[in-house]
Amino acid sequence: MAPLAVAAGSFGAAFGVLAQAAGMGVMAPIVMSATTFAGASQFAAASVLDEGGGVVAAVAAAVLLNARYAAISIAVAPAFKGSRLRGLVESQLIVDESWAVAQIGQGRIDRRVLVGAGLVLFPFWVGGTALGVLFGDVLGDPERFGLDAAFPALFLALLATQLVNRRTVLAAVAGGLVAFVLIPVTPPGVPVIAASAVCLVGLTRK
Amino acid sequence: MSDTWLVVLLVGTFTISFKAAGPILLGGRELPPRLASAFELLAPSVLAALVVTQAFAEDGEIVVDEKLVGVGVAVVAVRLRAPLIAVMVLAAVSTALVRWVL
Repeated sequence: MAPLAVAAGSFGAAFGVLAQAAGMGVMAPIVMSATTFAGASQFAAASVLDEGGGVVAAVAAAVLLNARYAAISIAVAPAFKGSRLRGLVESQLIVDESWAVAQIGQGRIDRRVLVGAGLVLFPFWVGGTALGVLFGDVLGDPERFGLDAAFPALFLALLATQLVNRRTVLAAVAGGLVAFVLIPVTPPGVPVIAASAVCLVGLTRK
Repeated sequence: MSDTWLVVLLVGTFTISFKAAGPILLGGRELPPRLASAFELLAPSVLAALVVTQAFAEDGEIVVDEKLVGVGVAVVAVRLRAPLIAVMVLAAVSTALVRWVL
């Protein structure tokens, strides 16, 4: 979890710097990190605002990016037994990283791992954002440290653990190809959502 | 309300609803077997798409830059069964090195 936490803190700081530059002020970026808690969508919203894109464009970009969480949330629902209120609170700790590390095979997740990972990531993400907003000029560009390569590397390592049979390998290849082809022709967010639709193939073929 | 706070409010509301959808609507109920079988493919397809978009996508375009070196190093590290932390650190360090040299 340590590299995940460091990466989350650094990218939280990067978000804080960008949000501040986009004129979002001090409190709004921090509140956004604590409520939305989904990195890529926050970057998207801040950069649209920065380019003067307006409220509708900023919200649309972020919502498209986060629509995959609806599918992930339904997929993990069987693990959320018991109190719905507790489920509502704990489900907010679903992020790509916590969901990915909690996989235990056959599409199932370990709820305690997901919640634990989310609880580690959350303070680093929000704290990083606060640092970025307040001390952005001093921190420098996280890309200088290659941190932008750490995330695809993380997802790659987690993907490798998922490739357990021919079906999952095919799903990975199809998902990757669909995403790649759609990058230049659709708004950000759509490639990953379209890739998640690849799993619907599993409905028609067992 | 300023535009900024409106964006924070709307994006937050949508995202919280997305994340809560499963536990609130379904609770701990088991998914129908066909749906569960389909969702087994969700992790590999979404993770592969995240690798591809994180490696290549920049503002809706395919961009090839130094981080591909890091991703390549990560592929080798994963094949050699390096632990997760090592894969991430190697990818970041190799990318930073290439940026520093070039």
